[in-house]
Amino acid sequence: MRAALSTLDVARPRDLGHALELLHASLGDGRLVPLAGGTDLFVTLNSGVVPGRRFLDLWGLRELRGVRERGGRLVLGALTTFSEIREHALVRRRYPALAAAAAEVGAWQIQNRGTLGGNIANASPAGDSLPVLLVLEAVVHARSVRGAREVPFTALFRGYRDLALEPDELIAAVSLPPAPARAKQFFRKVGTRRAQSISKVVLAGLLRLGRDGRVDLARVALGSVAPVTLRAGRTEHALLGARPSVAAAAAARAALLEDIAPIDDIRSDREYRRRVSGNVLEQFLRVAEPRFARR
Amino acid sequence: MSAVLTLDLKVNGRKRRVRVPPMKRLLDVLREDCGLTGTKEGCGEGECGACTVLMDGVPVNSCLVPASQAGGVRIVTVEGLAKGPALSVLQRAFVERGGTQCGICTPGILVTAHALLQRAKGRVPGDAEVREALAGNLCRCTGYQMIVNAVRAAARETKASARRRPARAAKPAARVKVKVARTKAKAAKTKAKAVGGRKRAGR
Repeated sequence: MRAALSTLDVARPRDLGHALELLHASLGDGRLVPLAGGTDLFVTLNSGVVPGRRFLDLWGLRELRGVRERGGRLVLGALTTFSEIREHALVRRRYPALAAAAAEVGAWQIQNRGTLGGNIANASPAGDSLPVLLVLEAVVHARSVRGAREVPFTALFRGYRDLALEPDELIAAVSLPPAPARAKQFFRKVGTRRAQSISKVVLAGLLRLGRDGRVDLARVALGSVAPVTLRAGRTEHALLGARPSVAAAAAARAALLEDIAPIDDIRSDREYRRRVSGNVLEQFLRVAEPRFARR
Repeated sequence: MSAVLTLDLKVNGRKRRVRVPPMKRLLDVLREDCGLTGTKEGCGEGECGACTVLMDGVPVNSCLVPASQAGGVRIVTVEGLAKGPALSVLQRAFVERGGTQCGICTPGILVTAHALLQRAKGRVPGDAEVREALAGNLCRCTGYQMIVNAVRAAARETKASARRRPARAAKPAARVKVKVARTKAKAAKTKAKAVGGRKRAGR
């Protein structure tokens, strides 16, 4: 049953400042629902669920567009689409895991409309870009009439679809620090098919060996295996200082099962997700460092 | 009282003014307010691609686009591919190679494939490239092989006719008409030479 779209209203702000004022003013009387590319929102509306009666159309706000460098960081406007991300030369060179994730969001049509800010704001535990932003230690730049605020990605997810953002705040941009030098980046999404599927398991990782041949940097994040996208702290701890070997990979895999808490749902079940998460972790380790396959 | 938006659309090169609710789906604006029923609704949730149209040259699912975001955007629907009664090279390839069966997915697939060929700029995209571009267009009849074949055949034909065009331009009768194409072809040739030269010099 589709929602009665003809009864819904849209506020079309002139600029970001205007948008923040409108959002702030709406708090007492049915908060405006931010609308960007619509690829999540309209799926909800078309299924008959109405998250609000009035929407705040951000799509025309130029301040939220574009990718630029600022003080060594790469700043991606909240409205940057996944097509723009996957095609961007700097993203591809410095953050190949993010380019890889963007290329696996939905399909071409969705990538042309789906935005990085929208993927974050939607806060699905299955969001494809989120594990990558976690391992790259991205920062969310939030704006409100009260000013600007930075929220580190590692502190962003408070609970299931619950972000550490205030009701009058909008995501204006996401910035990335320089990727750790010489660290291998990895992204893998496991779904029912290569395109258009919501992930059963999604994993992003960074790995680097020190001069002594031991792991000196390990970051692992997963989606679809817990109420929130999470950093696998125990796994990272098990990897740090380890000498790459089959035994080290097995120890990391065992630790991973302590990090994740997958459930049975429409897309997959708990056991499958536990098994596949471990498989994908081992794949990441072997791809990043072939000695993880040696005895 | 529901809100109504006056919207100036540019669909298939034609300007249209419509008065619609701002959250009305572009799909419904095209079908109901513009009378362009070539664009189909399949799933209504951005999975199947039957409702694909181009916005400023790139494919989107029109079931996920609010009318409020369509003003001033160049929109191309399947009706915009043919020139009057003459099918496009791509459409003819679908007919000739069995790229269509029940037909519900065909308008969306044609529009996505059209965008792919535009992006390829005369290059013939490989099998994997066509399949990735069309991954958001589901077809329950053909098994996709004949669709991929049709898209690549159209690309080959377009490429071959682009090569023939400069020769035809030499005929006095056609000279004026194809002047631009001729100049472009020349420019492309010169550019290709320059790139090749650089590459060799770099080795």
